[in-house]
Amino acid sequence: MKFAFTEDQLLFRDTVRDFLAAECGPAQVRECAAGEGRSPARWAKLVEMGLTGLTVPEAQGGLGLSLVDGVLIVEEAGRAALPEPLVDQIAIAAPLLAAFADRTDVAEILAGIAAGTVKLAAGHPLDPFVADAGDADYLLLGREDALHLVPRGRVTVTAEVSVDPLRRIAAVDWTPGNDTLLSADPAILDRMLDLGGLAAAAQGLGLAQTMVDLAADYARTRQQFGKAIGSFQAVKHHLATVQVAIEFARAPVYKAAFTLAPRDISHARVAVIDAAAAAARTAIQVFGAMGYTYEVDLHFFMKRAWALAGVWGDRHYHLARLSRMVLSDDAALGADGTFADK
Amino acid sequence: MDLQYTPKQQAFRAEVRAWMAAHVPQRRLKSYDTAEGFEEHRAWERVLNSGRFGMVTWPEALGGRGADLIEWLIFEEEYYRAGAPGRVNQNGIFLLGPTLMEYGTAEQKARFLPRMAAGDDIWAQGWSEPGAGSDMAAIRTKAIRDGDHYVINGQKTWSTRAVFADWCFGLFRTDPESSRHHGMSFILVPLDTPGITRRPIPQLDGEPGFAELFFDDVRVPVGNRLGDEGQGWNIAMATAGFERGLMLRSPARFQETAKRLVQLYRRHEARVSPGVRDLVLKAWMDAEAYALNTYMTASRLIAGGKIGQEASLNKIFWSELDRSMHETALSILGARGELLASGLDEADDITRWLKGFLFSLAGPIYAGANEIQRNIIAERLLNLPR
Ligand SMILES: Cc1cc2nc3c(=O)[nH]c(=O)nc-3n(C[C@H](O)[C@H](O)[C@H](O)COP(=O)(O)OP(=O)(O)OC[C@H]3O[C@@H](n4cnc5c(N)ncnc54)[C@H](O)[C@@H]3O)c2cc1C
Repeated sequence: MKFAFTEDQLLFRDTVRDFLAAECGPAQVRECAAGEGRSPARWAKLVEMGLTGLTVPEAQGGLGLSLVDGVLIVEEAGRAALPEPLVDQIAIAAPLLAAFADRTDVAEILAGIAAGTVKLAAGHPLDPFVADAGDADYLLLGREDALHLVPRGRVTVTAEVSVDPLRRIAAVDWTPGNDTLLSADPAILDRMLDLGGLAAAAQGLGLAQTMVDLAADYARTRQQFGKAIGSFQAVKHHLATVQVAIEFARAPVYKAAFTLAPRDISHARVAVIDAAAAAARTAIQVFGAMGYTYEVDLHFFMKRAWALAGVWGDRHYHLARLSRMVLSDDAALGADGTFADK
Repeated sequence: MDLQYTPKQQAFRAEVRAWMAAHVPQRRLKSYDTAEGFEEHRAWERVLNSGRFGMVTWPEALGGRGADLIEWLIFEEEYYRAGAPGRVNQNGIFLLGPTLMEYGTAEQKARFLPRMAAGDDIWAQGWSEPGAGSDMAAIRTKAIRDGDHYVINGQKTWSTRAVFADWCFGLFRTDPESSRHHGMSFILVPLDTPGITRRPIPQLDGEPGFAELFFDDVRVPVGNRLGDEGQGWNIAMATAGFERGLMLRSPARFQETAKRLVQLYRRHEARVSPGVRDLVLKAWMDAEAYALNTYMTASRLIAGGKIGQEASLNKIFWSELDRSMHETALSILGARGELLASGLDEADDITRWLKGFLFSLAGPIYAGANEIQRNIIAERLLNLPR
C-alpha cells in the first residue's frame, strides 16, 4: 500500500507546471481570448514536450503512461486554464483508442495524436455539445450504447457560444454507420463518461487552486481601512474554508485515476464540482467589484470551472450513480471499505 | 502508487481481526465518563496490552509492534470495525507517549511508558485555564522551584477525564516574571498529590467528562519535568505536531459512523424527504476522503516526508464531518431523536446518535477551535497577513 506519486511523476508534473507558468500564465490566457482563442505556437511546444502522446502507447510513438501520470498533468492544464484541447486527447481519446490499437486505422490515429498531427474531440450522448468538434480530425461519439469513431467530414458542426470564452463547443449532427463503429461493448460509453469525469475533476482541482491563489494574492495587496484586506478574518476564513474543500477533493481524484472505478470517479467528480464552485464564489467575493469585471483574470478560471461542472455527467448524475453503489446491500462500506471496492 | 495491501499487511489485518473478534466485549461498556465505566475501560486497556495491541506503533520493547503508519491505519480500521470500546487513555498513548519518546529522559521513558501502555496510569491534559483557552500562551498557573521540587499554584480547567484519571500533563509557568510563550515548562503531575482539588464538570450529556483542577501548594519533584525548564511551549507545540495531527482522530471512526448513517437512512428511506439522500452520500464521501487523505499523508511520512499544515486542515474537516453526520442522523430519526434512554429495541442506536451528536458539537471547539485552525491555514498556508 503506497498512496503516493513517484519522484519521477512529481518531477514531470513540475516541469509541466513551470512550462505552463511561462507559456500560459493568466496574461497569456487573456491575450489568447482576445485573439484567436488558440495558440498554435504553444500547441507545437506541448507536442514537442511529448504531452499529446502522454497516454498513447509506446508502439504508436507515445509515452505510454497511465492516467496516474496523466492526472497530474491534467490538473496542471486546469491550473493554467489551458485553452488548447490537450486534456480531451490525453485523458479521454487516447485511453479509449488504446484498447483498439490493433486496428491499423486506430493505430495511425494514435500515432497522429502523439505526433500532434491529428486532433480528436470526444462527446458523450449525455452532453448536448462537443468541445473542439470543429477543429477535430476525428470525433469519438456515442449513440445507443455504442462508441463510434467518426471522421470530421461525416459530421455537421453547429458552433455554440460557451460562457467560457476559451471553450469552443458545438452541436454535432451525425449518422452512425457500420464503418464508424468502434465498439458495441455495452460498458464502453460508461468508460468514456468515467474518463471524461476524471478529466473534468482533475482540471477542476487545478482551477480551484488557481482561484484561491489569485484571491490570496489580491488580498495581500488590496488595501482598505488602511490594511491589506487579507488581514481581515472574514476574508481569511472564507479562503481557508475553500482550501479545506480543495485538499479533501484531491485524494479522491488521485485514487480515481488509479482505479478508474465508477464509484471513485463519481466521488471525485462531486467533491471537485463542490470545491471549485466554492472557490469561484469565494474568489469573486474577495475580489469585490474587480472580480465582477472582464478585466481581471479570475473570470477565465471561474468560467472554465462552471462549464466543466455540467459536462461528463453533472452533479446530479454522479450523485444518483453513487447512490446506486453506496446505498446498496453489497456496497463495501465502513472502516475497511476504502480499498476493498474495485 | 500501489493501492493494494501487501501480504504482510493483509496478514496483520487478519491477525487484528481475529484477535478483536475474540476479545472485544460483547456488551457495550458503560460510559468512561462515569466512575464504573472508567474502570471498565481501564480493564479493556489491560486486555489490549496483553495482546500487544495497546499501541501498535510503539517499539516492541514497550509492548508495541513497531508498526508503521499504514499498519496503524489497518489496526484502527479493524478496531472500529469490531466496535471496540473508546480509548480511555488516548491523551496518554496518542499525545503524551510520542512526546515522551522524543523529549523524555531514558529514566522517564522507563518510568511512564510501560505503565501507560498497561493502563496503570490514565492521563489527563492540563492546558486550558479560565483565562487561557484558544490563547494558550496566556496561562498563569505557576510552578515555582523550591529545591528539588516545583510548587504549583493556580487552576486548570476542561481537563478531560481528570475526574478519574491518575496523572495529568500540561504547561505551567516556571518563571513567574515571564509572559506569553516564554518561561513555561512541561510538567507531569500525579493527580492524587496533596493540594489538588478536582471539581467535576458535567458535560452536555450530564456526565462529568471533564474537571476543573485547583492547585494549592502542590509539590511535584523536578524529575517530573519533561525537557528543559522554560522549553515547555516548544514541547507542547511538538505534541501538536504530526502525531496529534494524524492520530487524534483516525478515519476509521468516521467511516464506521458513515456506514451506520447509510444503514439508518436505508431503514427510514421511505419516510424521509429526497434531499436527505444527498446528505448521506456526502457523509460517505467525506469520510472516504478523510481516509484517503490520511493514507496519502501516511505514505508521504513513511517515505521520509514531513508533516505540514495538514493538522489544521484535518481538524476542520473531521470535526465538521462528524457534526454534519450526526445532524443528518437526528434529522432522519425525527421525534425519536430525543431519546436519551429507553426500553425500545432500537434505543441503543438512537442513544448513540444522540450522544454522538452532543459530542460532535465539541469537535470544532477542542484541540484548537476551528476558527484558530482557519487562521493558521490562512496565515501559514495561504500567506495572508496577520
Ligand atoms: C469536550 C472538550 C474537552 C476538552 N478537553 C480538554 C483537556 O483535556 N485539557 C485542556 O486543557 N483543555 C480541554 N478542552 C478545552 C479546549 O482546549 C478549549 O475549549 C479550546 O482551546 C477553546 O478555548 P475556550 O473554550 O476557552 O474558548 P475561547 O478561546 O474563549 O473561544 C470561544 C470562541 O471564540 C473563538 N475565538 C477565540 N479566539 C479567536 C481568534 N483569535 N480568532 C477567531 N476566533 C477566536 C473561538 O474559536 C471560539 O469559537 C476541552 C474542551 C472541550 C469542549
